[in-house]
Amino acid sequence: MAEILVLVDHVDGAVKKVTLELLTLARSLGEPSAVFVGNGADAAIATLAENGAATVYVADAADLLLHPVAPKAEVLAKLVADKAPAAVLIPSTAEGKEVAGRLAVKINSGVITDAVGIDADLTSTQSIFGGSVIVKSQVSQGTPIITVRPNSSPVEAAPAAGTRVDVSVDLSDSAKKATTTNKVEESKGARPELTEAAIVVSGGRGVGGAEGFTVVEALADSLGGAVGASRAATDAGWYPHQYQVGQTGKTVSPQLYIANGISGAIQHRAGMQTSKTIVVVNKDPEAPIFEIADYGVVGDLFTVVPQLTEEIGKRKG
Amino acid sequence: MKIAVCVKQVPDTWAEKKLDAGTKTLDRESVDGVMNELDEYAVEEALQIAEANSGEVVVVSMGPEKATETVRKALSMGADSAIHVQDAGLAGSDALGTSLALAKALEGKGFDLIIFGSESTDARMSVVPAMVAERLGVAQLTFANNVEVAGSEVKIKRQTEYGYDEVTGSTPAVVSVVEKINEPRYPSFKGIMAAKKKPVETVALADLGVDAAQVGLGGSWSAVVEFADAPPRAAGTVVTDEGDGGVKIADYLSTQKFI
Ligand SMILES: Cc1cc2nc3c(=O)[nH]c(=O)nc-3n(C[C@H](O)[C@H](O)[C@H](O)COP(=O)(O)OP(=O)(O)OC[C@H]3O[C@@H](n4cnc5c(N)ncnc54)[C@H](O)[C@@H]3O)c2cc1C
Ligand SMILES: Nc1ncnc2c1ncn2[C@@H]1O[C@H](COP(=O)(O)O)[C@@H](O)[C@H]1O
Repeated sequence: MAEILVLVDHVDGAVKKVTLELLTLARSLGEPSAVFVGNGADAAIATLAENGAATVYVADAADLLLHPVAPKAEVLAKLVADKAPAAVLIPSTAEGKEVAGRLAVKINSGVITDAVGIDADLTSTQSIFGGSVIVKSQVSQGTPIITVRPNSSPVEAAPAAGTRVDVSVDLSDSAKKATTTNKVEESKGARPELTEAAIVVSGGRGVGGAEGFTVVEALADSLGGAVGASRAATDAGWYPHQYQVGQTGKTVSPQLYIANGISGAIQHRAGMQTSKTIVVVNKDPEAPIFEIADYGVVGDLFTVVPQLTEEIGKRKG
Repeated sequence: MKIAVCVKQVPDTWAEKKLDAGTKTLDRESVDGVMNELDEYAVEEALQIAEANSGEVVVVSMGPEKATETVRKALSMGADSAIHVQDAGLAGSDALGTSLALAKALEGKGFDLIIFGSESTDARMSVVPAMVAERLGVAQLTFANNVEVAGSEVKIKRQTEYGYDEVTGSTPAVVSVVEKINEPRYPSFKGIMAAKKKPVETVALADLGVDAAQVGLGGSWSAVVEFADAPPRAAGTVVTDEGDGGVKIADYLSTQKFI
């Protein structure tokens, strides 16, 4: 069976859910091999094997971690040359897309970004123009490189060998030209990560200030969801920028998106319109966000949202 | 210090975008074009760095004749001159073709910094800056929400999922900026008048030594095979809060099995 390379998204060996989605998807295309770059491979291999990785290629030399983006592209380029896989799947994160771009140039292959599905013949499905048009695309040259959006595929465990194969690369001079000198974590909570969460509860300008976000957070916590924000809220400094949803923030596609005090500007919708179910609370019945709501309440979020949170608490017991 | 800033003309964000049934690429003729909003931040950053380092700013854009408007806008904001890559053979290029043409236009011109927006609002790929860095073999300093230049050293804060990474490199470097980085200036009347006299060099594929087979729709290594309107979202229910809005949402979430 054709080999499909899946680039692992992880933090020091803690594998992100999107990787497991990609391994599940890869099984419908061929035999998945995980490509692990960085520290913590020992911790990751069991998870990767459990989810269908027949092989786990590990590149953990220290210099790979010193430089952003380029080393991952070079590890993948070497594996494509050595193993001739049928396709390379990469999580569609900001960094993943850059890795895909550099890899495409290196191996002379076409690249498709932000796929939400891949057929057995490697035709990719994309959702464009804010979810209004569905496109099917194909790569016509080289080894297809496809970046896949988080939350577009289910995760189904399927134990496989997970055989570790170490890989070493001699980094090119150009890969060493940018160096990461420090990583700064601005916030971290117990909540699920925004792009991976099944439920996202967002607040906008209607939340009125940083304190207002406690109402949004309480609802998110009652549902085990992540918190998001509109740009109006992040620009005002009410919530950190990494929680911004939209064209210039994160693209989310959860099972449930609850928008509170958000008008639904085109740039915000671009980042959340493919959510499966959309619930809206807004006091303005004319707010465009109602156009895409599955269920909406015209009302003040400061009365509606706490009541909802309390009700969820009661029903969950 | 010599700075290039790459700007793209895109359909107006508010315009309804359509794919052309024949070429299956974005129909750019039927809609108003504007400068990609995110590239305004790139122009602003280029101007600020040039002002602090007595540098010059060259606008580089690839696009049809119409894209001249966008080139002029960047000049009216304060850039000094422009290179407009324009050739019928470029129509329908994918990111690989675009990055090749841009890299050839930038190569050998002695740029210390090449500044990009972080994403074009039409293609939304966020790959062209990384591809150009790869092609030119220079430092890639992308997704910057802060850029500091000290001599030949460039230091950025690269926006990440969890906060930011500090990334450093030396010139020449490719930089892309996110929209938190600055507040783009509006062209002044004086700027608009001055822009009319600034030099714009138009270059074609042959001038760049790019083989037409490598770019354009024919040279694209990925292509749309079919497209269709997404099934419309089923019309939702909207109710007015009468003191029980929260309970009603809870009822809805229960029927949908979220609670
Ligand atoms: C280049 C560019 C990129 C952008 N990228 C993004 C992006 O990534 N993400 C993004 O979100 N935006 C983005 N924007 C901004 C976007 O255009 C809007 O300005 C922004 O989304 C508005 O945020 P908002 O809906 O919170 O605020 P507003 O539009 O001000 O809406 C606030 C809403 O809250 C309601 N409200 C007020 N008080 C209450 C209350 N007590 N109870 C209930 N409802 C209430 C109001 O009726 C209103 O509908 C971008 C813009 C540009 C130019
Ligand atoms: N045709 C073009 N001409 C000039 N710059 C471009 C062009 N296409 C993309 N860019 C630059 O590359 C950035 C990222 O674009 P993209 O990879 O298409 O999302 C944009 O913000 C521009 O700075």
